[in-house]
Amino acid sequence: MASLSDEELKSMTQEERVTALGMRTEQLSGQSLYVEFDPDAEDRFTYPWAPDVDFNKRTEIDTDQLSTKEVNARIRELMDDGYGTIVLKDPRGKHSLGVGILSRLNLIVEGSCGYFAVGLIDGPNVRINGRVGWSCGENMMSGTVLVEKNAGSTFGAAIRGGDLVCRGSVGSRTGIDQKGGTIIVGGDTGALSGFMMQRGRMVVCGNAGKNLGDSMYDGTIFVGGEIRSLGVDAVEGELTDLDKAWLTRKLKQYGLLPDKGVDHFTKIVAGKQLWNYDNLEPSEKKLIL
Amino acid sequence: MCGIAGLIHKGKSSAVGSEMTAMLQALKHRGPDSTGYAVYGKPSEGDYIMRLKVAEAEDMDKGRGIHKVISDRITAVESVLDEHGAVVKEKSAATEYALRYVLSHDGDTGKMAEHIEEAEGVEILSMGSGLELIKDLGDASVVAGLYGLDEFQGTHAIGHTRMATESDVDIKSAHPYWAFPYNDVSVVHNGQITNYWIMRREMERKGHRFMSNCDSELLAVYTAHNLANGVQLEDSLRRSIDEIDGVFTYLVATKDQLGMAKDTMAAKPLVLYESDDLIAMASEEVAIRAILPQEIDTTDPYDEEVRVWQA
Repeated sequence: MASLSDEELKSMTQEERVTALGMRTEQLSGQSLYVEFDPDAEDRFTYPWAPDVDFNKRTEIDTDQLSTKEVNARIRELMDDGYGTIVLKDPRGKHSLGVGILSRLNLIVEGSCGYFAVGLIDGPNVRINGRVGWSCGENMMSGTVLVEKNAGSTFGAAIRGGDLVCRGSVGSRTGIDQKGGTIIVGGDTGALSGFMMQRGRMVVCGNAGKNLGDSMYDGTIFVGGEIRSLGVDAVEGELTDLDKAWLTRKLKQYGLLPDKGVDHFTKIVAGKQLWNYDNLEPSEKKLIL
Repeated sequence: MCGIAGLIHKGKSSAVGSEMTAMLQALKHRGPDSTGYAVYGKPSEGDYIMRLKVAEAEDMDKGRGIHKVISDRITAVESVLDEHGAVVKEKSAATEYALRYVLSHDGDTGKMAEHIEEAEGVEILSMGSGLELIKDLGDASVVAGLYGLDEFQGTHAIGHTRMATESDVDIKSAHPYWAFPYNDVSVVHNGQITNYWIMRREMERKGHRFMSNCDSELLAVYTAHNLANGVQLEDSLRRSIDEIDGVFTYLVATKDQLGMAKDTMAAKPLVLYESDDLIAMASEEVAIRAILPQEIDTTDPYDEEVRVWQA
């Protein structure tokens, strides 16, 4: 690297220069996450202090006159008492409902939630029979979340695991900074979906807005409808038989499998032309050059 | 962060004052500094409703002399009305500094408005045949109580709860903004306009006045400029997406229309509910649920989306 003169560098194309300077050590190799994300695998991990709940023990919370803090505290109290199925009634768009649940629970929300619904969860199965606002399921680690209607922007921001599903359409920046897990959208998604995605899978049955997958590092996005435009470093990949099998199985699981199957889906992956991980910081270069 | 809200009833009047209060109170956490309303009643043929302030709320703590100052300013305003041949049919004051006039006038209202604002400390908040613009410090329940808004009947309204980030906590920096001197047009905005100074200088060169340093006022002036030049509301909203830089979601109301526009990044929220007879929108769903507690379907408008609804 150090032996290259300025003249030599100037004579190269950008592509040659990037490679010669050691900024890229591997080329696009396509899907690399199959081993890590086995859809048939079961979550076995539970926290040692997780309450021992009985899914057949069911109760309801009328949230209308309660604050978010009171609702969330009540959920924990009920879980400590062994309730494994909790129904939240009349949420009226309250924010941050059901956040931070770190163990098994069936949580059913009868109505619509505001921002940050069921964020930071690790394990529960959630069904929201309404709509959610921005950042539903943000940073979720495991479990399932099923939203019956539409969702706002940043749906599944920074999700690490589990299945986050919206039967309707979602806003912009879906799965921004996604680090794992699966996001499924039955309808359309807005601009900059998959922005800076790092791992995991996103499935959009409808159309995707502009700049899809912008600056994604890794992971896979499947789109059943039209893509308005791809973002920087997002490229179309080959839809393999393995992809089709996975898509079919996953969409069927949530009742979202199109009548015409999944052959029409487009697969988007990272072009990895922006990868500069082996490039040294200027201050580090001074030390070794 | 600020919260915005709008609602429009198709073909009928409703208690839009109390409805907007419920929506804005639900958005209080997005902006506790001030609350504003632009409510649209039944347009009165040939008459104008003028809302103005002759001092800031904080001025009332500046000693006994302020009462004489306010009295002198009101005299100056009424002198201009008289000079322009405007007949005062009604006059009322919700506070000592906030007045409401119903005027009969068949001259140049724009010129009259300019002359009224020549009096120091006087700002016309709105003028129109249906529009009444009210804004003051405090949350929606405080402002609604002060100005009797729960009694207001009309077809549509927009509102704003403000968290002051770029300018002062005062009435002149509060939303909505009237699109001076264009009658019956008002704007609320959530976001930051990054080419504010460039656009402001351009508008000032074209003869428009700015009363505050709040970037949101630009949207009102910009809209007024377009409408005055024959641009339709929907076209003005679309044009703004290309010409205004920054992140924004804003609502514009006219005598019989309500419109919205979202920037290219869709970075500022808006939740929308549409039915055959009511359209309601707000920064957060919780505001819509404040007037529609039953289960409803709502959506998030996408980037660069522009919509206009008719009353």
